[in-house]
Amino acid sequence: MREKQIDKLKDYKYGFTTDIENIRAPKGLNKEVIEFISKAKKEPKWMLEWRMKAFERLKNLKEPNWQKPKYPKIDYQDIYYYSAPKSASEKPKNIDELDPKLLETYKKLGIPLQEQQRLNGIAVDAVFDSVSVATTFKDKLNEVGVIFCSISEAIQKHPELVKKYLGSVIPLTDHYFATLNSAVFTDGSFVYIPPGVKCPMELSTYFRINASQTGQFERTLIIADKESYVSYLEGCTAPMRDENQLHAANVELVALDNAEIKYSTVQNWYPGDENGKGGIYNFVTKRGLCKGTNSKISWTQVETGSAITWKYPSCILQGDNSIGEFYSIAITNNHQKADTGTKMIHLGKNTKSKIISKGISAGFSDMTYRGLVDISSKAKNSRNYTQCDSLLMGNKCGAHTVPYIKNKNPESNIAHEATTSKISEEQLHYCQQRGLNPEEAVGLIVNGFCKEVLQQLPMEFAVEAQKLVGISLEGSVG
Amino acid sequence: MEKQLKIDFQKLLETSNFSKKNVEIKRKNFENFIEKGFPNRREENWKFSDLNQIISKNIKNLSFYNDLSKPNKIDQSIFIDGLEHNKLVFVNGRIEKIEFDYEEKNKMEILDDLVLEKSNNSNNSLLFLNNAFVSKYFKLIVKKNYSLKKPLAIYNITNKDLVSKSINLKIDILLEENSSLKLIDFSNDKSITNFININYNFDLQKNSILKNYKIDNNSNSNVKYSFSNINQDSNSVSEIFLLSSGSEFIKNEINCNLNGEYASAFVNGVYILGETKHHEIKTNINHLVEKTKSYQLIKGVLEDTSKAVYQGKIFVDSKAQKTDGYQLSKAILLNDNTEFDAKPELEIYADDVKCSHGSASGSLNEDSIFYLMSRGLNYQEAKKLLINGFLLDVVEKITDSEIKNLIKNIMSLKQ
Repeated sequence: MREKQIDKLKDYKYGFTTDIENIRAPKGLNKEVIEFISKAKKEPKWMLEWRMKAFERLKNLKEPNWQKPKYPKIDYQDIYYYSAPKSASEKPKNIDELDPKLLETYKKLGIPLQEQQRLNGIAVDAVFDSVSVATTFKDKLNEVGVIFCSISEAIQKHPELVKKYLGSVIPLTDHYFATLNSAVFTDGSFVYIPPGVKCPMELSTYFRINASQTGQFERTLIIADKESYVSYLEGCTAPMRDENQLHAANVELVALDNAEIKYSTVQNWYPGDENGKGGIYNFVTKRGLCKGTNSKISWTQVETGSAITWKYPSCILQGDNSIGEFYSIAITNNHQKADTGTKMIHLGKNTKSKIISKGISAGFSDMTYRGLVDISSKAKNSRNYTQCDSLLMGNKCGAHTVPYIKNKNPESNIAHEATTSKISEEQLHYCQQRGLNPEEAVGLIVNGFCKEVLQQLPMEFAVEAQKLVGISLEGSVG
Repeated sequence: MEKQLKIDFQKLLETSNFSKKNVEIKRKNFENFIEKGFPNRREENWKFSDLNQIISKNIKNLSFYNDLSKPNKIDQSIFIDGLEHNKLVFVNGRIEKIEFDYEEKNKMEILDDLVLEKSNNSNNSLLFLNNAFVSKYFKLIVKKNYSLKKPLAIYNITNKDLVSKSINLKIDILLEENSSLKLIDFSNDKSITNFININYNFDLQKNSILKNYKIDNNSNSNVKYSFSNINQDSNSVSEIFLLSSGSEFIKNEINCNLNGEYASAFVNGVYILGETKHHEIKTNINHLVEKTKSYQLIKGVLEDTSKAVYQGKIFVDSKAQKTDGYQLSKAILLNDNTEFDAKPELEIYADDVKCSHGSASGSLNEDSIFYLMSRGLNYQEAKKLLINGFLLDVVEKITDSEIKNLIKNIMSLKQ
């Protein structure tokens, strides 16, 4: 028995839990729980009202069911909507005051906060379960006027910004999971880049689900004011679990005139064991609004984890000449399922979008690219280019492409291409002849296949992502 | 509408002499349709074309019972000129003429009183409607080793007497081993605002060849749905060409199951749309065994406030290694208010396959127009030349040269 457990841990590098006592809201979804969350976060009244509005709306909404991966029915009354590490009820002023156990967890994850602060030049807003425990590099960011804090802090300190932008991209009434998030979101990051500022460093958050049976409802809001630039990194690892965990985050980006936001994700949550038991449900709503002219939003994602990934980072290209980009690698192995892609909604003139999606499926997994390109009749002279390639390993897995293409404008052009193939015997033979073992050979070929997307990641991430691609496909060859 | 349906269904049962078993199955289908109703945009398949809305917008007081007791006159002038062919003529949904002058009689068989089969596990409410209201269920059998000498044209004519009615036709075609058939579906409508629902079932046995050309070219205000189900055995070939242009709304749905090795399916289509027309082509090509092939090419030219939709799906089963699947859809939008929606879909469970799809839409290339104008053509001529070239690409895929020329004439494409 013991040995078995150890074996399990070996399989999933980040599979461990830290035992910190949690403060929990009672199980279930009701008015009292929402009030509890709002109170625990010391939120003003308008925020509670906003949550209640979402909750009211939720009663009339149904879970969507058009997606490819089906999942067992989720009992929303059987989830803890709020859990915070106890030591966070009185927030530490700096990192040294943190619970040593927490710090230990991060170390195992490979993100020692102190070191990162010193060596990497990255500010980390680490989220342990639902409360932000530490935010680093504040001083340096303060100098240029960048606000980078937890969303709860932002609600208290910058209510005017939050009021103005929260829900402006993903409205309260959007769809079931987004509305659920609006009602019960616990924490997340808030970023504001003032006009004309180029954020001096890459901003980064490590998410981590810890407490058993706690769905995480993150809320991220990033606002890039006129002529500013920011690059934001998000990475996820989660401990081993047997029951499925729901994660329904909302991420909203707003880019004003001439601003640019680059949002990169490396997602490596627990995907369940080889038999498809356990694993995280990742149902995330990510949407960016290119509000101003000449604005640009670029999504890059490397998706290797989760039992079910179901998300479509989208761009609404409202401003004239705005640009939306989407680069994605999704890898599924064993019994993982992914239904991911993007939406590019062209509203302004001369808007451009580019979609590069690479899907790799192995084992018994299923991988779906689903994307929408919608060029409205006012989006004159708009362009879209979409390329989605799939790679299959074995005949037990599936690769699917479901693009929706809508063109209502004669002066705009849309081009879409997709291919599906496998790694050719010749390529494998060539690599093996030169001394690589089959797994290394596959790793090399797959990295080549993904290169176009990996290049888009910031340096620190690219290396990690490249390793992750290799790890995810272990055991899928031969 | 439910009340009307019930009255009309009762009328149909009273005026026809269906067998007891047949009535039972019809009733089941009828109940299924009542439950589901006309499909709307909430169904993935009808996402881009909400039939429920289209029918309520275009057809007032739709009724479902059709009095087929009196014969209708056939307007000879609409028959295809300059092409010797066999004829099956339907006028207002009633069979008026069966003429196989060019063929050996013992090599073919036509049945017109087939009883519906019990198992209908599809979820398509329009097939339920068709099964419930179809009055005669036809079957054409082409015997082993026989190839029809001349093409067969199935005329679907409606005249002015028909207003706000629904017509349901159901035809099975069985091609036995080594047989072949060229089939032209030709519709000519002078009627106003009807709903026409046609269901074909093709069974292609080993080495048989089906060529099906569906021509919908005369402008009319009818709403149509055509569903073709094709089952293909090994080495069989199906070639389908769609000219989608005349009706106010038409959805051509093709479901093709490649059940035998080396079976191949070709679907080519052209939309030429103007005014408020809204056409859809939906294909489902299912590669179920090894070494099968499919090829799809769809092109469209849209004017005024027209809308074209293409939903194409290639499905590859995990057994279907060595599949070759290809799909391309392109559209030229000539006006501000036109719309082209595409959903080219791949669902693949086998790894040793070659599958790709592409889709593009946009305006005419200004550089090409400039090139032609600089050589003395005026703007209109240049535009016409480019559009014709664009569409000719698809027409050239037709393998029967006689019919190719016929279709070129109909589309007024000259070389």
